[in-house]
Amino acid sequence: MEQVHFATPVRRWAETRRLDAWLTQPLGVFLAFTAFIVYSTWAAFQGDHYHFGPYLSPFYSPEIFGDSPHSLLGPRPGWWPNPVPFSPAFLILWAPVGFRLTCYYYRGAYYKAFWHDPPSCSVGEPRSSYRGENSFPLIVQNLHRYFLIFALALLVFLSLDVWNALWFEDPATGAVSFGIGVGTLVLATNVVLLGGYTMGCHSLRHLVGGGCDRIAGLPMRRPTYDCVSCLNRRHMLFAWMSLVWVGFSDIYVRLCAMGFVTDLRLL
Amino acid sequence: MSSATFRIWRGDSEGGEFRDYTTEVSEGMVVLDAVHQIQAEQANDLAVRWNCKAGKCGSCSAEVNGSPKLMCMTRLNSLPLDQPVTVEPMQAFPTVRDLVTDVSWNYEVKKAIKPFAPREPDAADGTWRMEQYDVERVQEFRKCIECFLCQDVCHVLRDHRLHSEFIGPRFFVYSAALEMHPLDTADRTTELADDHGVGYCNITKCCTKVCPEEITITDNAIIPLKERVVDKMYDPITKLLRMFRS
Repeated sequence: MEQVHFATPVRRWAETRRLDAWLTQPLGVFLAFTAFIVYSTWAAFQGDHYHFGPYLSPFYSPEIFGDSPHSLLGPRPGWWPNPVPFSPAFLILWAPVGFRLTCYYYRGAYYKAFWHDPPSCSVGEPRSSYRGENSFPLIVQNLHRYFLIFALALLVFLSLDVWNALWFEDPATGAVSFGIGVGTLVLATNVVLLGGYTMGCHSLRHLVGGGCDRIAGLPMRRPTYDCVSCLNRRHMLFAWMSLVWVGFSDIYVRLCAMGFVTDLRLL
Repeated sequence: MSSATFRIWRGDSEGGEFRDYTTEVSEGMVVLDAVHQIQAEQANDLAVRWNCKAGKCGSCSAEVNGSPKLMCMTRLNSLPLDQPVTVEPMQAFPTVRDLVTDVSWNYEVKKAIKPFAPREPDAADGTWRMEQYDVERVQEFRKCIECFLCQDVCHVLRDHRLHSEFIGPRFFVYSAALEMHPLDTADRTTELADDHGVGYCNITKCCTKVCPEEITITDNAIIPLKERVVDKMYDPITKLLRMFRS
């Protein structure tokens, strides 16, 4: 391609002639992401207070190994190296973290908020060099579609958790009966919001039909593509709502388990 | 009738400066009206490119208060007039004079994109049959008026000046219109990755925000192209499936 020659100099970091409050959005994203990362890391390292009655925190679901009744394969495995701290969350949290880190929406948001690449539209950047996602390390963002598979599997496990959260055990008799508590609604809302986020994924949209030039003649593909596209238009909204709610779900279960909150039974 | 001050860039490819012009403004005026008024009353030699005054020709692209906009579609009542309104040429292209930029680089880029290559006609009379649904997907991209505001706001061109390695949002939209067309048979994915630099896009969505035709550039054109590039070049499973199919 042709070279272009410029008389105007490249702008300095944060230099702009914009008059609006352009810093608000990247700052808000930076603070929200930082708060979530700090809380979720702390919660993952706790390894305790992650379940209460039929409820299991989504940070720990599915509990592959662990000490709670929700554990699928029993307690901490013997092969886990002793000096390494263990928490059931370590075995599972990498999947949703990887899915969100490589998500097209989040990429754009954190490149702006954390790297200032750029800080906001038509605002000067701190670095003159730029490689984008064209080479290592950011080329690995293309793994998003693989994380999508794990994210879809997690949705199945989280839905099972909602089903389990409908069955309460009487501590006196040990009898199990159907019920709905506030925690059930919290976990159900979490699945709905995560479902809205995961099902609106750009990679999923590509896989169900976006990659084809002709969709109309394929009876299943067209409605599926339309449905994913519909959620995709609200991808940012679901990304934020599901992020906030998954953190809130963990806080709710944790506070119940610690005895700070009493879970109300609605049914 | 009130007045407002416009801080307009005056200069050429060698350099220049901002100059203040105070002029009368009235209800319903857009930035281009004010610039024309200044040109008529105070600065007869002010260079400005314009044509339709209706947001359809894409000629009057400039930066108003630091944001890429069509001057003819930027109403004065949407701007804070208690301080000078800055009007300057697009930053991603060389300045010719005052508010006029040399956008010819874009036309050279367009020539480098593999053209439309339809399959063999479906009928003996040389016509094709397509589903409306499939064609509608690319219709959105045909709304582009080539104002190049998306090119201007893209930091890869604007700040990093990677014009020789990156074709910019406008031409990803153009490529997507061809690549997703139900009749097209050409494969542009290798060029998109190797020569056109689709990997440089880091999805800031600034191009989508400034598009006067409200084309969903990032979500409907660039990301689908990036996914097609992943299919072709990076995803081993898709590669394997393609191998079995062929």
